[in-house]
Amino acid sequence: MQPSPANKARTPRAEQIILFRVGGQLFAISSASVQEVRSVDSLTGTTQDIAQSTVRKVRHTIRRGDTTHYVVNGTIHFGLQAAAASLIFFLRHTPTALLIDGIEKMTTMTYLQALPQAFCHEERGWYRGLTALDQTVVPVVRPEGFLSVEELTLLDNLLQAELHNEQHSSSGETDSQ
Amino acid sequence: MSDVADIVLESFVLLRVGAQRFALRAEHITELIAPSRVFRFPNHTPELEGVILRRGRIIPVCDVSESLVGKKMTLRRFYLIAVRRFGAQKESIAIPISGDCELISAEMTSRSESDSSHVGGWLSHGGDVIEILNLEALTPGPPAARMASAAYANAEVRA
Repeated sequence: MQPSPANKARTPRAEQIILFRVGGQLFAISSASVQEVRSVDSLTGTTQDIAQSTVRKVRHTIRRGDTTHYVVNGTIHFGLQAAAASLIFFLRHTPTALLIDGIEKMTTMTYLQALPQAFCHEERGWYRGLTALDQTVVPVVRPEGFLSVEELTLLDNLLQAELHNEQHSSSGETDSQ
Repeated sequence: MSDVADIVLESFVLLRVGAQRFALRAEHITELIAPSRVFRFPNHTPELEGVILRRGRIIPVCDVSESLVGKKMTLRRFYLIAVRRFGAQKESIAIPISGDCELISAEMTSRSESDSSHVGGWLSHGGDVIEILNLEALTPGPPAARMASAAYANAEVRA
């Protein structure tokens, strides 16, 4: 017997998520939003410092292929106690690499409730919503929420200026030889 | 022709925050529940403590004691689950209270310009004059929704 369309509509849509911790706090992110997970140790020597970052949560960049990823310190972003990050998420569709304490587990969510409207500040950009897992409420992060358009513009301009300075100083060295 | 004005009685729930009593329109109250675990996560809305899980729904918890009586409540006996308007939308909000509630019928006196924004009106009960709370002004929300809700609340009072 074929299920009726009404029954089909009631079937909850499942989404694979990764539960992870930042500053000890539990968060969830859609697995589809994470391009790659790497150990922080494995990135030694591949990061570049941003000399005078005006965006406090971003101090480094990582170049991967054609894309420069801005490394976001999750504890500063969320205003949490500093904690040693052991892993880094490279996120899809945004030039963001997120430092995290570690991964708790991978699981499936079937329910995502929009963030209640009483939460009315920056957090509205941070979270897609809230989910309930094993009688615990977990905020589901929005990958694009770690860096605003303004912050990305600032960082892009900073990188351009640094690149320009490097080119200028290297051409000065060549001239003087 | 009669000189006697019509008295319109409405239903209110009296609640206790600290030592003081306040009122909410009964139609805005969903249920009264025992305090349960509050889940906290990073946010920039200091008026909210976190959220509770109630029958599969996630409800924000807003402690209004500091706004109403000037200090944090030490004793919480119940959470009053109320409906709060955000423009045209309605959402539940949990308000910790420190005593039993009472359902009464009373006549509402309109608020005046000099009243605090969270005062939606006044009622007289048992010899006390009690503030009727305007949840839209007392609890946080986006500015646009707050303005729309306030306009709606004022229209409701006028009606």
